[in-house]
Amino acid sequence: MSQIFHRSANTLSRVSIFGAVFIIAGLLAVIVEVNRSPWVTDAHVAREQPIQFSHERHVAGNGIDCRYCHTAVESSSFAGVPPTKTCMNCHAQIFANSPFLEPVRASFRTGQSIEWTRVHDLPDFVYFNHSIHVRKGVGCTTCHGQVDRMPLMWQEASLQMEWCLDCHRNPERYVRPRDAVFRVDYAPPANQLELGRRLVADYQIQKLTSCSTCHR
Amino acid sequence: MTNAFWRTLDELGADPAFAEKVHREFPSLLPDGDIMADPVARRTFLKLMGASLALAGATACTRQPAEKIVPYVRQPEDIVPGRPLFYATTMALGGVATGLLVESHEGRPTKAEGNPLHPSSAGGTDVFAQAAILSLYDPDRSQTLTNVGEIRPWSAFLGAMRAAVTAQQSLRGAGIRILTESVSSPTLAAQIRDLLTRFPDAKWHQWDPASRENARLGARLAFGEFVDAQYRFDRADVVLALDTDFLTCGPGSAGHARAFAARRRPDEPDRMNRLYAIESMPTPTGSRADHRLPIRPSLIEPLVRSIAQRVGVAGAVAPPLSSETAAGADKWVEAVPKDLLAHRGTSLVIAGDGQPPAVHALAHAMNQALGNVGSTVVYTDPVEAAPIEQLQSLKDLVADMNAGTVNLLLILGGNPAYTAPADLGFASALDKVALRVHLSLYDDETSALCHWQIPEAHFLESWSDARGHDGTASIIQPLIAPLYGGKTAHEVLAALGDRPERSSHDIVRDYWAQNPPQGASFARPQPGKPLPPEFDQAWQRWLHDGVIPNTAFAPRTVTLNSGSIAAPSTGQTRPSTSSGGGTKIEVAFRNDPSILDGRFANNGWLQELPKPITRLTWDNAIFVSPATAERIRGSNSPAFTGGEHGQIVSDVVELRYQGRTVRGAIFPVAGHPDQCATVHLGYGRTRGGRLATGAGFNASAIRTSSALWFADDVEAARTGDRYSLACTQYHHLMEGRSPVRAVTREEFSRDPKSIHEGDETPPRTISLLPEYRYDGYKWGMAIDVNACIGCNACVVGCQAENNIPVVGKEQVLRGREMHWIRIDTYYRGAAERPETYFQPVPCMQCENAPCEVVCPVGATVHSHEGLNDMVYNRCVGTRYCSNNCPYKVRRFNFLLYQDWDTPALKLGRNPDVTVRSRGVMEKCTYCVQRINAAKIESEKDDRRVRDGEIVTACQQACPADAIVFGDLNDPNSRVAKLQAGARNYALLGELNTRPRTTYLAAVRNVNPELGE
Repeated sequence: MSQIFHRSANTLSRVSIFGAVFIIAGLLAVIVEVNRSPWVTDAHVAREQPIQFSHERHVAGNGIDCRYCHTAVESSSFAGVPPTKTCMNCHAQIFANSPFLEPVRASFRTGQSIEWTRVHDLPDFVYFNHSIHVRKGVGCTTCHGQVDRMPLMWQEASLQMEWCLDCHRNPERYVRPRDAVFRVDYAPPANQLELGRRLVADYQIQKLTSCSTCHR
Repeated sequence: MTNAFWRTLDELGADPAFAEKVHREFPSLLPDGDIMADPVARRTFLKLMGASLALAGATACTRQPAEKIVPYVRQPEDIVPGRPLFYATTMALGGVATGLLVESHEGRPTKAEGNPLHPSSAGGTDVFAQAAILSLYDPDRSQTLTNVGEIRPWSAFLGAMRAAVTAQQSLRGAGIRILTESVSSPTLAAQIRDLLTRFPDAKWHQWDPASRENARLGARLAFGEFVDAQYRFDRADVVLALDTDFLTCGPGSAGHARAFAARRRPDEPDRMNRLYAIESMPTPTGSRADHRLPIRPSLIEPLVRSIAQRVGVAGAVAPPLSSETAAGADKWVEAVPKDLLAHRGTSLVIAGDGQPPAVHALAHAMNQALGNVGSTVVYTDPVEAAPIEQLQSLKDLVADMNAGTVNLLLILGGNPAYTAPADLGFASALDKVALRVHLSLYDDETSALCHWQIPEAHFLESWSDARGHDGTASIIQPLIAPLYGGKTAHEVLAALGDRPERSSHDIVRDYWAQNPPQGASFARPQPGKPLPPEFDQAWQRWLHDGVIPNTAFAPRTVTLNSGSIAAPSTGQTRPSTSSGGGTKIEVAFRNDPSILDGRFANNGWLQELPKPITRLTWDNAIFVSPATAERIRGSNSPAFTGGEHGQIVSDVVELRYQGRTVRGAIFPVAGHPDQCATVHLGYGRTRGGRLATGAGFNASAIRTSSALWFADDVEAARTGDRYSLACTQYHHLMEGRSPVRAVTREEFSRDPKSIHEGDETPPRTISLLPEYRYDGYKWGMAIDVNACIGCNACVVGCQAENNIPVVGKEQVLRGREMHWIRIDTYYRGAAERPETYFQPVPCMQCENAPCEVVCPVGATVHSHEGLNDMVYNRCVGTRYCSNNCPYKVRRFNFLLYQDWDTPALKLGRNPDVTVRSRGVMEKCTYCVQRINAAKIESEKDDRRVRDGEIVTACQQACPADAIVFGDLNDPNSRVAKLQAGARNYALLGELNTRPRTTYLAAVRNVNPELGE
């Protein structure tokens, strides 16, 4: 009886068995990378909004403090999105007739809320609290990036659990003095680790990695 | 007497067949034989499993949908998104108020708690207050104003009323009738009185099946006028309860439970009170009694007369006790009066709603004779604005309706077509009224017979007021605008006046401005003038505190009418034991402990709540003693079927009384007296919501006006039908490993260690894992079995706080109820007169948690503070954890139980807790959302969490203060002190699970003369 397979099949099978390890590893690596990529996380993807609101203009251009609009950031889990009234505090006088701002004026006139598209959207089983992070010296830009350079808002970080845990495990790499929390021009000093360790001690920052810290 | 605890009658009988049945874990999977032994079935099973695995994998591939943020246009000053607000309001039941603090998330009420400033609550709540949130959002509520089934605008109703009222003008209102429930609202009473002044011949009738008719009439019998008795359980050393469940039912019960439990701390043995209970159907109060005498309701009165005579009530004549009474009570008539007399001025006798007025009068006379008046009992003006004999009032109304003299009938709340006694013919009389208006939460039996059905505003949507059990007035303020355009009784009554468009807010404010309470800081304004600013300040203060100061009634003196005591009431015939076709028994009617007179019948939380003692859900039943059950059934075959998660399949029995019949399933209850049955009202509804209709049987079909609370000579006959009852008493059995510890006070003071007899404490080294040090907080809980009254408030409180779904009767029959905390009932002794104990069982948060080591995906892991965390998004549903949990506290979402679609129900969920989906295990987490919230607040202030700052939902709901939570690392915390005490024991501690939740043993204050 003649052989079904040619002798070269031996080599082929050896190569493919050996290669399979790399193929599977490669596939896994691709899956992991895709999962971390903006395609999945939506990081660095600027979102369309009903109004062309520019953080760049308001923060870098006008120097408005984060807390002027995000009033609840120091007291609540939710930093707060400003009511139309906050916009109108200024825009009743400045650019009062700009066609770009018509949706704002319409909202104020009719009492209908502006419906913003949510940019930072954690899963529903994650409970994040802004107030405690701000209190413990986590700066706004640490998570939200340089909003003063974002004409349209995007999500800077992946918001995946490994990203959360990176800071929860090593807070000293990221914390800053409390008085610098709301500064958008703050840059970590060269001795961040040294400063960070001191702040971790001073602010009694715990390395909380229990599940129930965030999931309830 | 054996010392073993038992939970079910079958266990007590020790039938080996029963034991075998109980140990089958999934009987529903095994209809005939073993599915795994059958190769074909096994292959099908594997195929199905493979397919479902593949599908389950695919369902995870979803992208999170884009969400919107919708901010305010003008943000209200107080509202900070993400931070709840609390408002004080008031819930009235049977006319009596309970003060509440209601949590509101961005305008949506999500949780009701007791108001510590309100005397009827004292910080605790009952199940009805806890479940109020679900009634508010109930999608089955009446949602539109209808006239003969057609949707009409409010203005059309106003027009119809104007025409009807104009026609009555010349008749002095002779054709107008108003039917309300018990009214304690000063504003509503003033409105009705105002109407009666304008129409002098109009009449106001009251009928409230949940009210205290007998107490009212008893007081009138004793004192010649309507007065309310206020009981001071904090001052009572000896309490005699006559067929009353004062701890969980009736006015001020939450406050009573707190005061009573505070006097039962065995750590202060000299202050420990003693409770005697004489009752028929076992109640939570009777179960907490140190001595309980089960006796038919009609035999209670002669027994009370004997006790009264020995206590020294002038004029009380002791009738000879029947042999049936004497068998159990011979020692009682000697020992109880002696004990009462030994505690003159510090004893207390209290009678229950099911007993005739004569027994209430005897109780008043005994309190007088014992010198308790002024110390443990205080009399005040009645809380009700216009107390009347309600049954007579309803009879008069029916007579007028039948005579055709009623042209306009306003039914403000209540469901009289369903609740009126069967012999009155209320429904047919109603037909003869020309214009019938019904204001109610649901389109129910009465609505169906009325021309106008007005959706009633829920109390969380209403402005009104009500009085607490001691007369303290409080404002009912809304937390949300009416969801379904509901109207209040104030607004409906205003429709008959000359200012029909007035809001109830203005009506209530005007009343209180015109009738300032004592010591008010504002002067009464002239009518028509604007209200003074001082009134606004006072009003704001009342709303904030939830009580109006100085409105509690002052104690008053009353004189006993001694002639009232002598006359024994009629109807003491002893039922003959047998006759053709059936067994003659006595039947007692009681409001259902969960749904009352049917007003909460469409509330899923209450329907699925295992009722105290019986642990029955979704149904009522004919409760009898085991011996009577055997006589009626004619066999003693165990009714229980189907294993660990099993059900009771019971015989259907027909009750016949004076030509009326009703059929219901029979249910033996340990501790129920023989020759009588108890049936609960409120079931068998035909209209009024999807859950209300179809559950149970309508016991009021045989309830007549001459035998409102108990009927003699009822014939009970087997029908041959069978019926499944969803009873959770058989679920989560703990294999008799002494879960409850109980000793007498003497044993405890002789040797506090006596509760630890036979304890096996495994050495702390017996673990594969290294010892973990809890440096920060170490959360723990202590549950006092001695204080627990089994009222279920914690179960509903937990359900509301943690978004726990309702699963339905069919799923409870499979043992799939989802409550994170359950209350086990344990008995000791003979089935006729057992001791009863309640044990609430939440997750124990074991330090060596058996569930954690078996989870293949790390979905349940330990936190650094000792919590046994449950991570829903990791759980793949193997259920290994549940299998390995010796306490059986884990609950699995077998199906998609949570309603994800109904918009109204979404509003009521707690936004701080994940809403779980199908295929996920869940369990108690010590309310980790509350722990985290308190920790965050404390860290923002750079301090530690204070003791008492974190209150779990079950602890907060508990009226008896039986649950204490806190930090075990703080030796001064309440929980640490309790766990260091002598009564502390760990449930199944011998398994080396090291539970963080521990129990405090029960200590009974036994009267040595009565023995055990």
